[in-house]
Amino acid sequence: MLTALDKNMLHQIADLQELPPGAFNIRKDGRGIEHRSAPGIAIRPKEDQPGLDVIVEPGIKGTVHLPVMITATGLSDRVYNTIEIGAGAEIQLIAGCGIHNPGHAAARHDGTHEIFVRRNAILHYQEKHYGEGEGTGKRILNPKTVLLVEENAYAELELIQIRGVDHTVRETQARVDAGGRLAMFERLLTDGAQEARSDAVVELTGEESTARIISRSVAQGTSKQIFQPRLIARARGRGHVECDSIIMDRAVVRSIPEIWAEHAEAELVHEAAIGRIAGDQLIKLMALGLSEEEAEETIISGFLK
Amino acid sequence: MLELKEIGLKFFSDEKENTVLDGISITFETGKIYALTGPNGSGKSSLARVIMGIHRPTAGQVIYKGADITALGIAERSRRGIGYAFQHPARFKGLRVADILEIARRRSDNHQCQPLQQIGLCPDEYLDRPLDSSLSGGESKRIEVATLLAQDPDLRIFDEPEAGIDLWSFEQLVEVISTTHRSDASTIVISHQEKILNMVDEIILLEDGAVTLHGSREEVWPLIDESTRCICRRDCPKGVTPYVDCPR
Repeated sequence: MLTALDKNMLHQIADLQELPPGAFNIRKDGRGIEHRSAPGIAIRPKEDQPGLDVIVEPGIKGTVHLPVMITATGLSDRVYNTIEIGAGAEIQLIAGCGIHNPGHAAARHDGTHEIFVRRNAILHYQEKHYGEGEGTGKRILNPKTVLLVEENAYAELELIQIRGVDHTVRETQARVDAGGRLAMFERLLTDGAQEARSDAVVELTGEESTARIISRSVAQGTSKQIFQPRLIARARGRGHVECDSIIMDRAVVRSIPEIWAEHAEAELVHEAAIGRIAGDQLIKLMALGLSEEEAEETIISGFLK
Repeated sequence: MLELKEIGLKFFSDEKENTVLDGISITFETGKIYALTGPNGSGKSSLARVIMGIHRPTAGQVIYKGADITALGIAERSRRGIGYAFQHPARFKGLRVADILEIARRRSDNHQCQPLQQIGLCPDEYLDRPLDSSLSGGESKRIEVATLLAQDPDLRIFDEPEAGIDLWSFEQLVEVISTTHRSDASTIVISHQEKILNMVDEIILLEDGAVTLHGSREEVWPLIDESTRCICRRDCPKGVTPYVDCPR
């Protein structure tokens, strides 16, 4: 039975208010509270450690929701999910995590997703983080994604964290085989004294493999952000890394994109920019009647959209 | 509609004083279209920015619809009905053409598509385009003009709307500024272009931060003909054909 609090968090992290259609597993405070498989999509609890095996049969199209909620203060939850997307399947995987911390002890979730996107399969993966709660206890989320994109498969990762989470270390490791394509979009907003770090290592191991890593972030207050995406071409592949940050107040942003080629025909590009909101943008929106605060909000939400 | 009284504007840098506008007094009447012209650096855009509230004048008053708005900020002036199409439009990462038009039309009844069509851009093609560097200079400029048309304020200021726009679009631009002008509103166009100067009711010539000529087009045109031609020659880089019949 979902409480009003649960429903709000599901709405925030997965745009859900009720149990979703299709396959899903809802994890709350360290245990699965509801799960359902669907035709061609099996969800099974692991026997040796907390977590799930999600098996999508070849050629299946569908949606899988794997939301995680933490509502107890002082709780530290760790989970390891293995997701197998069969050849030619097309799956939307929504795997958000929300923490409502009502007390003064830290609440923490460390989640690993090991994902295999088999030949010619398509994965649209969304992971949204959300934090709230009246307590002073920290809200800590440390996600890790380990991804294999096989021949001619496509994986798109959308990783979103907008306020509310005090501390995050995100780790992403991906290998892209021949003809495979990976697109990773990261959007992050930190404020107050929040800290976020994102490390990504993407290896292009097959001919004609491609990868795009795009991060957009806004750092407000005294928050700190570090981005360290590393794109390695071990074969004739193409890749693009772009880190773009708006810095405000007394925040600190470090952006360290790295490109690394081990093949003479690899093509890798990186761009990184950190800057404040441009004055001409603010003036333009204010000349359309927005207050300075509204203009700032419009620019930030557009930038992170 | 708008009265500028003894407007002065000075900038200070490295302990030096630079007078940009000096004692400018102009009355802009309701229902009329004005051209503000003059050489580069004469203060045209600075005067427009004083009207919009982007620059605070160091002397004088801005009276709009009978109220002293000299101390008001940009947003408040916009809400009172002043609109400005910038000479150099801002680019935004993440905002689309539809987004900026939606913000612009909040206080008008205009549909998003209408101003794009008026300026010769196909809404289907442009509404979802990002307002970033993927737009060409001309496209960006036309969208800036469309934004002001969507806003439909009582006092419209177009700052060199022709800059970067191709010949065909320029003809359309002149027509749309004229046809969308309301009899209960005022329009100010900052321009060097003869076709625009020929369209307006009154011409104001600004030189070195001061008004040197102001009157009806018929009165002023013969007087500034030579100087305007001179301005036109100065603004046309070698080998570039201007949009209008430059005497060069």
